[in-house]
Amino acid sequence: MPLLSYREAIRHALAEELQRDPNVVVMGEEVGQFNGAYKVTEGLLEKFGPKRIVDTPISEAGFVGLGIGASMLGIRPVIELMFWSFYAVAFDQILNNAANIRYMSGGQIHCPLVIRGPGNGGTNVGATHSHTPEAICASHPGVKVVCPATAYDAKGLLKSAIRDNDPVLFMENTLLYGEKWEVPTEEYLIPLGLADVKRPGTDLTIIAHGRAVVSSLAAAHTLEQDHGISAEVVDLRSIRPLDEETVLASVRKTHRVLLVEEGKPFCGVGAQLAFMIQEAAFDDLDAPIRRINSIDAPAIYSPPLEAQQLPDAGKIIQAAIELLR
Amino acid sequence: MADDNTSTSSTAKGYSNSPVNEALSAEEKTRLFRTMLLIRRFEERSLRAYQAKKIGGFLHLYNGQEAVAVGCCSLLGDNDHVITAYRDHGHAIAMGMDIKALMAELYGKATGCSKGKGGSMHFFDPARNFWGGHGIVGGQVPLGAGIAYALKYRGIAGACLAFMGDGAVNQGSVHETYNLAALWQLPVVFVIENNGYSMGTSQARSSAGELSKRAEGYDMDWGICGGHDIYEVRACMAKFVAQARDRSKPAIVEIDTYRYRGHSVADPDNTYRTKAEVEEYRRSKDPIQIFRNALLAEGVLDEIGATAIDAAVRAEAEAAAEFAEASPFPAVADITKDVYWEEDNPSEKQSRGRIFFG
Repeated sequence: MPLLSYREAIRHALAEELQRDPNVVVMGEEVGQFNGAYKVTEGLLEKFGPKRIVDTPISEAGFVGLGIGASMLGIRPVIELMFWSFYAVAFDQILNNAANIRYMSGGQIHCPLVIRGPGNGGTNVGATHSHTPEAICASHPGVKVVCPATAYDAKGLLKSAIRDNDPVLFMENTLLYGEKWEVPTEEYLIPLGLADVKRPGTDLTIIAHGRAVVSSLAAAHTLEQDHGISAEVVDLRSIRPLDEETVLASVRKTHRVLLVEEGKPFCGVGAQLAFMIQEAAFDDLDAPIRRINSIDAPAIYSPPLEAQQLPDAGKIIQAAIELLR
Repeated sequence: MADDNTSTSSTAKGYSNSPVNEALSAEEKTRLFRTMLLIRRFEERSLRAYQAKKIGGFLHLYNGQEAVAVGCCSLLGDNDHVITAYRDHGHAIAMGMDIKALMAELYGKATGCSKGKGGSMHFFDPARNFWGGHGIVGGQVPLGAGIAYALKYRGIAGACLAFMGDGAVNQGSVHETYNLAALWQLPVVFVIENNGYSMGTSQARSSAGELSKRAEGYDMDWGICGGHDIYEVRACMAKFVAQARDRSKPAIVEIDTYRYRGHSVADPDNTYRTKAEVEEYRRSKDPIQIFRNALLAEGVLDEIGATAIDAAVRAEAEAAAEFAEASPFPAVADITKDVYWEEDNPSEKQSRGRIFFG
């Protein structure tokens, strides 16, 4: 199976869906002539032309809102945010309009659009460009939220997201764009709301999404090699819808849970998971649930300190060992 | 028409002779008059329902502005679309929505146009090309450009009228949309219904410069007209709608109008304007009275006919209230319907997992 970077996998998903459905339009800042701020859309303008690959001005509320309006009439915009951090500039459009219009119209309207881009820290760009908005967004009924951790998942999930008739907020990671995974050449889709056990294990369950999955897998490897601990790593892939069954099945198997996410702890994805697990599997737990989030402050610039602010394999290993004591 | 009996300046400017108005048949003119009057009586009836505590939340009445929505929407064809803000009852009626469903929506009933899920500010009827009904000031304007974008993308000769109030013109989303519409030459006409007050703040205290002239900064066409005479509204708007529809040319048009009621029913209306000002508008510029006088002068209507229309729309408004009253509320189980398309269409559902959380 060929190795494909996360960036290329997303590009392939876009190209395949642009090819398949004439209503799909890619729009955003620098997606065309500039070939994408992170080169995700490189070559698409050349292949599909300016009607399908649309460069926008720096005007997030404007072009996101425009995309929502177009989606009401059946266009399927895939809107790139150069950083998910810029969602705040279009917050009203995304979470008041896209999330609510179907409801407020009594189900007469749906908005088949995808908003995608990187939503992560760890790149030394300071607090304004390092937001991880999945928990905030997922707390709004009406939208779906997806956070792929690998190239394979990114491609299959993005294709499903583009075909979905509800607004899907698709959160990537700049630190993964250059990483490579095996991706089949034949077409495949991954349904939203289906978690993936990335590594089976028996001693504890590590639940993560996005790049935290990669850190968790590295930690699980070391735990096995150096500490004889068998960690199961569950990749949520999709935050809303959420695959409760896979999570609970793993908890019932290992009886210990470590939640890992880059988001901040307060009302994070982990908070929802912890509630859900204690409610449905209280008697299966042999220890309190633990979690690792970013340290609870705005994203620090200082490069060595930022690395320490984020979850990493070392912190995961430490927490896992403590959890099994 | 007890409160509309005083004489008015009628159609002194002669807009009735503009081609778009000359083309109207007597029947069409009568229908426009009826629609304006239906809006007035619907609003009056909804206010009574509000005062009787049948309606919750906000209620932004359109009384005094009827010629704007009816005049603009009367110019539209099958491929033309409308989106507006929260003072949306007039546009909904002008686009042909059934007032029974509108009144039921105000009452929060399951038979409402949004099944009781939207309320006064959120009327929608996409089958009639009416896309809301939006609560956040200026938030609907980018959507209007998006509707125009979709029309152009599909090669459909149509236009979108994106209505907003004068209070919306200082929102960033509006200016971002002006730029996109001009940059991409979208078939959208931005219609500023200038009733003089953004809530309780007058135009002089809120907005620098002329509102529609801001179009020049975006190299867009613009216009301005009075909104009290429906003939004037139609004469002014016809050109802008046609050039949007036929040549995909956007524009901003300001229509000067006046609301008789407060910003919403929660506005005591005693802080920012005088009763005398409101009365002067009612006396000299009432859009229904002006059109009524014109139609009487033209011989399209006589007193008996006009009175009969009024009686009919009053009865219609009353019947709408009775319908709303008799209708059931939504069930608790309905709260989580109409959130996600996929959940509402289980046979086509592709996603898995849990979508609602307890």
